[in-house]
Amino acid sequence: MSLPMTPRENIRNFSIVAHIDHGKSTLSDRLIQLTGGLTQREMKDQVLDSMDIERERGITIKAQTVRLEFQRDGQDYVLNLIDTPGHVDFAYEVSRSLAACEGALLVVDASQGVEAQTLANVYQAIDADLEIVPVLNKIDLPAAEPDRVKAQIEEVIGIDASDSVMISAKTGLGIEDVLDAIITRLPAPKIGDRDAPLKALLMDAYYDQYLGVVVLVRIIDGVLKKGMKVRMMATGANYALDRVGVFKPKITEVEELGPGEIGFLTASIKEVADAAVGDTITEERRQTATMLPGFKPAQPVVFCGLFPVDAADFEDLRAAMGKLRLNDASFSFEMETSAALGFGFRCGFLGLLHLEIIQERLSREFNLDLIATAPSVVYEIKLKSGETLHLHNPADMPDVMSIEAIEEPWIKATILTPDEYLGGIMKLCQDRRGNQRELTYVGSRAMLVYELPLNEVVFDFYDRLKSISKGYASFDYAIEGYRPGNLVKMSILVNEEPVDALSMLVHATRAEMRGRSMCEKLKDLIPQHLFKIPIQAAIGGRVIARETISAMRKDVTAKCYGGDASRKRKLLDKQKAGKKRMRQFGSVDIPQEAFIAALKMDAD
Amino acid sequence: MTHRQLGLYIHWPYCAAICPYCDFNVYRARGADTAPLVDAILADLAYWRAQTGPRPLASLFFGGGTPSLMDPADVARVIETADRLWDLEASVEISLEANPTDAEAARFADLRAAGVERLSLGVQALDDPSLKALGRFHSAAEAMAAADLARQLFPRLSIDLIYARQDQTLAAWQDELMRALALNPDHVSPYQLTIEPGTAFARAAARGRLKVPDPDLAADFYTLTQDVLEGVGFDAYEVSNHARGHDNRSRHNLLYWRSQDWIGVGPGAHGRLGWGGERRASKALDRPRDYVDQVTARGHAIDELETLSPEAVRDEFWLMGLRLQDGLPLADAPRPALSDNKIRRNLEHGWMWQSDTHLGLTAQGRLLADAVIGDLLAD
Ligand SMILES: Nc1nc2c(ncn2[C@@H]2O[C@H](COP(=O)(O)OP(=O)(O)O)[C@@H](O)[C@H]2O)c(=O)[nH]1
Ligand SMILES: C[S@@+](CC[C@H](N)C(=O)[O-])C[C@H]1O[C@@H](n2cnc3c(N)ncnc32)[C@H](O)[C@@H]1O
Ligand code: SF4
Ligand SMILES: [Mg+2]
Repeated sequence: MSLPMTPRENIRNFSIVAHIDHGKSTLSDRLIQLTGGLTQREMKDQVLDSMDIERERGITIKAQTVRLEFQRDGQDYVLNLIDTPGHVDFAYEVSRSLAACEGALLVVDASQGVEAQTLANVYQAIDADLEIVPVLNKIDLPAAEPDRVKAQIEEVIGIDASDSVMISAKTGLGIEDVLDAIITRLPAPKIGDRDAPLKALLMDAYYDQYLGVVVLVRIIDGVLKKGMKVRMMATGANYALDRVGVFKPKITEVEELGPGEIGFLTASIKEVADAAVGDTITEERRQTATMLPGFKPAQPVVFCGLFPVDAADFEDLRAAMGKLRLNDASFSFEMETSAALGFGFRCGFLGLLHLEIIQERLSREFNLDLIATAPSVVYEIKLKSGETLHLHNPADMPDVMSIEAIEEPWIKATILTPDEYLGGIMKLCQDRRGNQRELTYVGSRAMLVYELPLNEVVFDFYDRLKSISKGYASFDYAIEGYRPGNLVKMSILVNEEPVDALSMLVHATRAEMRGRSMCEKLKDLIPQHLFKIPIQAAIGGRVIARETISAMRKDVTAKCYGGDASRKRKLLDKQKAGKKRMRQFGSVDIPQEAFIAALKMDAD
Repeated sequence: MTHRQLGLYIHWPYCAAICPYCDFNVYRARGADTAPLVDAILADLAYWRAQTGPRPLASLFFGGGTPSLMDPADVARVIETADRLWDLEASVEISLEANPTDAEAARFADLRAAGVERLSLGVQALDDPSLKALGRFHSAAEAMAAADLARQLFPRLSIDLIYARQDQTLAAWQDELMRALALNPDHVSPYQLTIEPGTAFARAAARGRLKVPDPDLAADFYTLTQDVLEGVGFDAYEVSNHARGHDNRSRHNLLYWRSQDWIGVGPGAHGRLGWGGERRASKALDRPRDYVDQVTARGHAIDELETLSPEAVRDEFWLMGLRLQDGLPLADAPRPALSDNKIRRNLEHGWMWQSDTHLGLTAQGRLLADAVIGDLLAD
């Protein structure tokens, strides 16, 4: 099908910036509906969140685009809505999606106000030079306070909020005004050269069961045509294009895409890893002179070991990870063997949410029962030999004698909280070795900026923050860089044997407390055995904490007659199945749940 | 195994009231007409006779529920029918469980006349507040009178007791046990009070209204019980069963612990027949009404029938048999064989013993029987 050429001035490329649950998906659906992209019958709620997990958690991890076509005053307009991932773990992907836009709608829930995630995303949009139109959503709610929220936007974000668009995405109120604002207030794409060699931004890519790898692109110069031979400049790979098209949101093939337009392409690209986000796509024969700025290869930030509970599932796990990797280039895995857990994989993730999503998908979509080890950040170990080692598994820590210094990644964390939880949150940050950088007020809410070592955040910082603030605090962070730290490797010994899956790098000042907490936890998590079990935390050869699980004294059924034979056998079978979920260390059975639960820290 | 013994278990599911700790297949009597159930049990016997072929019966056991509520004439009919169908061995053991109320004691003579030679009396406790706490409906005095009468009428008498009750002290239990022994039984089954899921006691415990001793104190209760009974010449031949002399052991229960054959008739009764890959486990329908209906319609009341896998046969053999003081004859052990490593470890820890012919649990291992056996079989 050939699209009528849309004059550049009638194209708008924009995305929606919002904190989770402020109404981004609902507004997108409204826009699609109003411009006739789907019939009423085809509208499923939240068209854009297609994956189950995304639907359930309201998180988008892949960018998606929708082309909205409509007429106004006799003019044909094309609006390309880019739905960006909404989480800090995908900050790089977000930045590439924003680079494809000229404007953004800043959607703020008028009953909630600005949240930490809104801030991070809106700053990214400002950094990308986008024109921003504030939209106050949920004004149908009695609790909506549009004036207060407008003031907040001006004060905290520093943009003019006086002509914010007031809407209710739920009832449909004000949606026309949003369309008007998009046309009148957002700029059209900059002029591109149709005749120049193709220059297109690779915004994102995902794997589709039927189409293979689908690559989302924004054309800067030149035209993208079916059958054309293109080159990915960063990876150097060449492909012949199978399809060129747009999402309306139904997939629609087109003859070509020109400057300023957004759409997709498919070619015989095997996996998403071959389509690097941020890469520049050009013609194989006629290359553009320069790559687009800002390209960065995917870099995992958090690592953990994933092991099958049942060793027999190892190959299934490998296959499942391979499938996920098809669609997620930023997820990495390589085989790992652990004395404790057997064969598994060391996996790298963009962040904690990414880790959680992958784990959840492995267990849900592939039905795998997994043991996850403590998440670890990547440490830079400066060796006396002058070499630098990137350590992402504490088990691989070299001999301390060979180490000159250890550096760890730090983050800048932004936390917004109602005043009453401020004290608790500051204590949490202090306990996690945080340095306070700012404390300001945003209306009635406090905004804290802290520098924190990422290794204090990876485990349960977010859980703790939620529980301290009863869910009212919002949190966002950005990686700041590496700093030296007095870090030591702490081992946990169960019945005198080190359990590699429980070892971790900790700051020297925090070691004793963590060691004690882990020993206490393990004491409750490991069932009594027929013998007593010492549990110790040690640094080098020095024991810094210890607990003992006393031996079981009595375990015998009082009555056992003819009718009990079957009952006892069934119990035994359950016991046998339960044993499969345990890991043996020497002669101690450790339940699978213990590995993660032992790491969670207590309230204080 | 050359000669396998065959026993017959008859389940009488009715009780005058349901005790709050009990999870047996029991129903309140409420004056129900029990004639159809007796007829069904008799018909079920004929069905099982067709399955076993002609074999002698080593034992009959009337259990419950409360079979002492049965009409003694019905007890007699069951015994006669069994004798006619199978032949009772000369040394046959015929036991019946009885509750120690006056009303039931009044039938003891007739039950004896019907052929019962061993009475198992559910005394449970010997002071009224404890009996009340256990939800029993007889007094200590009634129980003692019933025991005295039983002692005169039956050649063999066993007494059931429940210990490790809420607030019970070790000293009080020792005294109570001695008083029970004064009733002159030849067999005693002291059971640690077990909180069974789904019972009134389980609900009370969940709400914190019932507290039973922790495992440490329970271990002390158990050890004390063993010591006291040992001291007066009762042999702890099984985890919770003590007999004065070899001949007073429960031959019927030994069939279970030694993985022999037994038929179960009556609602919810379990049975085992055959050996090796041929061993079958059966269970009758639980509800008396369903039991009667199915026997009437199809001649039997089988609810579940399973051919046990070799591993299941092996597991049952050890699960049941390691509870015996004498252990089990290694020569009879079904395959797959136990792991030598595991046996060795248990021997080293002192939880098991091994002779040229037998494998068993030590006194120390017996306290941990479930864990030790579980570890031995789990692989
Ligand atoms: N009352 C009200 N609820 C809304 C409005 N817009 C969205 N919601 C609700 O807010 C929740 C989050 O909306 P959603 O669009 O999924 O937010 P997202 O996480 O930003 O995509 C959903 O339960 C919506 O039904 C609105 O204008 N008024
Ligand atoms: C099947 S009952 C029947 C005996 C008879 N109906 C009576 O209650 O006296 C056999 C014995 O199991 C014991 N018993 C039943 N439930 C028990 C429990 N929850 N804990 C300990 N022993 C129990 C009692 O000692 C009881 O005498
Ligand atoms: S303990 Fe005995 S009397 Fe009480 S309900 Fe159970 S079987 Fe019936
Ligand atoms: Mg959403």
